[in-house]
Amino acid sequence: MDPIIKFHNFTWKYNAQAEPTLHDINLEIFEGEKVLICGPSGCGKSTLAHCINGLIPFSYKGESSGSLTIFGKETKALSIFDMSKMVGTVLQDSDGQFVGLTVAEDIAFALENDCVPQKELFERVAKVAGEVSVGEHLHHAPTELSGGQKQRVSLAGVMVDDVPVLLFDEPLANLDPATGKQAIELIDEIKRTRNATVIIIEHRLEDVLWRDVDRVILMQDGRIAADVTPDELLSSDLLKTYGIREPLYITALKYAGVEILPEKAPHSIRSINLSDDDVNAVKNWYFKASEGAAPGNGEILLNAEHISFAYDNGRKALDDVSVAVRKGEMLAIVGRNGAGKSTFSKLVCGFERPRNGSLLFKGQDLMKLSIKERADSIGYVMQNPNQMISQVMIADEVALGLKTRGVPEEEITRRVEDTLKICGLYPFRKWPVSALSYGQKKRVTIASILVLDPEIIILDEPTAGQDFRHYTEIMEFLREINRRGITVVMITHDMHLMLEYCDRAVVLSDGRKLADAHCAAVLTDPDLIERASLKLTSLYDLAHLCGIEDAEGFVRCFIACDREVRA
Amino acid sequence: MKKFSVKTIVAIGIGAALFFVCGRFIAIPSPVPNTSITIQYGVLGFMSAVFGPVAGLLIGLIGHALIDASWGWGVWWSWVIASGVFGFLMGLACKKINLDDGICSKKDIARFNISQLICHIVCWGAVAPVLDILIYQEPVEKLFAQGLVAGISNAVTTAVIGTLLCIAYAKAKPQKGSLTKEE
Amino acid sequence: MINIFNYIERQSPIHRLTGATKLVCFLLWSFASMVTYDTRILAVLPVAAVILFGVSKIRLKDVKFILSVTAVFMVLNNLLVFLFSPMHGCEIYGSVTELFRISARYVVTREQLWYHLNLVLKYLAQIPMLLLFVTTTDPSEFAASLNKIGVNYKIAYSVALALRYIPDIQREYHDISLSQQARGIEMSKKESLVKRLKAASAILIPLILSSMDRIEIISNAMELRGFGKGKKRSWYMARPFTPADILSMIICGLLLVLAIIDTAKMGTRFWYPWA
Repeated sequence: MDPIIKFHNFTWKYNAQAEPTLHDINLEIFEGEKVLICGPSGCGKSTLAHCINGLIPFSYKGESSGSLTIFGKETKALSIFDMSKMVGTVLQDSDGQFVGLTVAEDIAFALENDCVPQKELFERVAKVAGEVSVGEHLHHAPTELSGGQKQRVSLAGVMVDDVPVLLFDEPLANLDPATGKQAIELIDEIKRTRNATVIIIEHRLEDVLWRDVDRVILMQDGRIAADVTPDELLSSDLLKTYGIREPLYITALKYAGVEILPEKAPHSIRSINLSDDDVNAVKNWYFKASEGAAPGNGEILLNAEHISFAYDNGRKALDDVSVAVRKGEMLAIVGRNGAGKSTFSKLVCGFERPRNGSLLFKGQDLMKLSIKERADSIGYVMQNPNQMISQVMIADEVALGLKTRGVPEEEITRRVEDTLKICGLYPFRKWPVSALSYGQKKRVTIASILVLDPEIIILDEPTAGQDFRHYTEIMEFLREINRRGITVVMITHDMHLMLEYCDRAVVLSDGRKLADAHCAAVLTDPDLIERASLKLTSLYDLAHLCGIEDAEGFVRCFIACDREVRA
Repeated sequence: MKKFSVKTIVAIGIGAALFFVCGRFIAIPSPVPNTSITIQYGVLGFMSAVFGPVAGLLIGLIGHALIDASWGWGVWWSWVIASGVFGFLMGLACKKINLDDGICSKKDIARFNISQLICHIVCWGAVAPVLDILIYQEPVEKLFAQGLVAGISNAVTTAVIGTLLCIAYAKAKPQKGSLTKEE
Repeated sequence: MINIFNYIERQSPIHRLTGATKLVCFLLWSFASMVTYDTRILAVLPVAAVILFGVSKIRLKDVKFILSVTAVFMVLNNLLVFLFSPMHGCEIYGSVTELFRISARYVVTREQLWYHLNLVLKYLAQIPMLLLFVTTTDPSEFAASLNKIGVNYKIAYSVALALRYIPDIQREYHDISLSQQARGIEMSKKESLVKRLKAASAILIPLILSSMDRIEIISNAMELRGFGKGKKRSWYMARPFTPADILSMIICGLLLVLAIIDTAKMGTRFWYPWA
């Protein structure tokens, strides 16, 4: 059988870059395959995707050598429109992809461009909308949909054209855990019913492997580092070498001294075959390992009691929520999009006023303070650093908040320099912000808040869309400032982050507080997980597989062991 | 007419949306009581400099017409057209400024500001009042006085906001062939 | 926030007209009322507009807010005209009939009052039609309508994109503005004008830069789905013309023709009963 996509000694260099982004790529993808392309940020996986869907060379300019054929045709000789008939792309940013004013119009978009008659538009849109279950929302605007629904619409908009190859660019980046899981299930179902070829670009390996994948292509520095089956990948050292996060159950098995071999089918917790020896090894490790330390009992810094809030359109965003934040802790606030997490932080920062309830900071009524005054003790960092940075130079950006507060010039210089040193940005202080990586920009925004000397810092999705290395970098940095005495509150749906860095999690759903407990307890409570749109950790399944009743204890033991290893 | 690239089309749509949001929702209190200064012309000047005259024309026309339509006070065609003309002229005048290459020299800033000053004079001193006279037959003195106030306030906002946007945008652009990977 | 243009979904004969028809009628009607200063025509138009409002099932309370804004605007504009040029009517109608005096400069004349009456009628002729157009036209149909009346489909789509992304950009602006306020950026009156403008740019710069990224993402997404491929495209939201559509457009067309013929016949745009 001939491959439908074939890279042969393919090299690509963008005009703006001095060095090629892709080097000497040799890769074949066959009809009906499901392939995962994996690698850290900057490894060239997005560029590879652009080559497959035709944005390269038709939208981005540069030089190439070697050959890339799709269905036997050299892509350079085609047009982006020819290629859009063969490869359908679902982009990471579903708001960017959603160009119609309503769901139906967006799904119809590609057909409209082909001048398909209206009657046929109605039929085909209705059919495909049913397939991805957005049929009830055909006349809804994108602002009325959840992130998962928007992604389904994007998918429908691509499927409607009956393309043989479906390409997903980081499909999990903006979804909460439960929705991500459903997305992977949906992709798998469509692959089977349509017999499509599926290519997924993603660095969240464990989540993608929730449904079977034929091959994993691992990329590093613009080259293909490995082209293996998931079982082979997990049995090797490749993940560690290339900075991809290992599935948690694999990490736990390794801590317990279990050898991972391809014949044990380790690609999923559902498929893995553990021998009696392996199970005993896990049990022994569990009984041996020490319990994690109990969450601290520091002084209560921020006390929100019986907070309720509704938006002008009447939607109730928070309903009688009480949260106490203790000094020195790292707290996670979790729940699906729209659960009230962001509303909570907006109320604390003074961007909105609660309808009911009280907000006290060290016993002082926050309600009496302005946004600016609250910011002196409670800092807020937005998810996207590009939405915060307004100055050209790094030092100016960090100094901005002090300047507006009328702090004397010498003191500004001193405080800015101190903060830059803490944040590891001192060597870059004279650089323009634009020269920094995303992770470094995030640091600049954190620095610009830290310089105001707050006692609590609230971060909205601090690691969204980051690969394992940047994730670790940002989180270790936050842990470091936490050690310096700053209380850290994180709004997140990253469950690894909860497990690895937080002691306590507050779970919100539909504006109500469902739980306030140790992260291990939250992630091993199937009922809670279901209601809050989270996902059970694979450690829970592993515990059961090994006959360990106390899954929560098992997870606590894992956390303790893991923190020791990382430290 | 030159063939539109998809990017230009999107720039017109997003540009008009920005013009709308800036003109409709962002008002800075002005020194004159009960009036406010709108800042959309700084954005329009910048977008025209980046995307050219046709984009500038359409951003001005669409954005301004949408603002009028949303207020409901009637689409004031004379001023809508003047906004479009401003975008068009700025696009022509700033053809030599290549912000996309990451360059915004002192000369470019001077060119941008001299251009915007002239364009504002043309639009609010000539285009808008003359059209108003043709369409509405309102008193000449009133129309030129309105044009003068609008022209001055728009020129000031364009000078500050447009210039800062040009600098920030150019700085955020990588220079051609200059990026090497840093670990 | 979603319904910034006040589209009100109801079942009425006006709603059933296609967006293209309503756009054409609105334009023809606007041009007719712009061309003429013949009070007889200007007086009929607002009455007709009010009747159409009744037919459209849009109630006064639906548009109360917009109407009050408009009323203020109208009064201010009339005041300005009078302040700047109290004898404008006399220049236009070529006679002076003094009614009473406020001061040496401000003399109230019959001609001036007649001119103001015409000015007010001109607003009243145009504004209800705009309101009718925005309240009865589904924004989704608008781009298809523009294309139908001959606007290049790419430009028509850029209007749709503007409508699509206004709420997103508005929300983003709001978020950025709050986080900058927390850092102490203020646009209040306490600061000097230039400082206020600089504060505004501290919010605008992140907004514009992220919008520039957005432009790239959206244009990629559109190209990947074949936008700009052909000379034409079809529209999910397009609707065919019915006899009622054709009739409405003919009536509005005749109205414009009438206004033009009337002006040509009179030899002037102005009509003055005491002339």
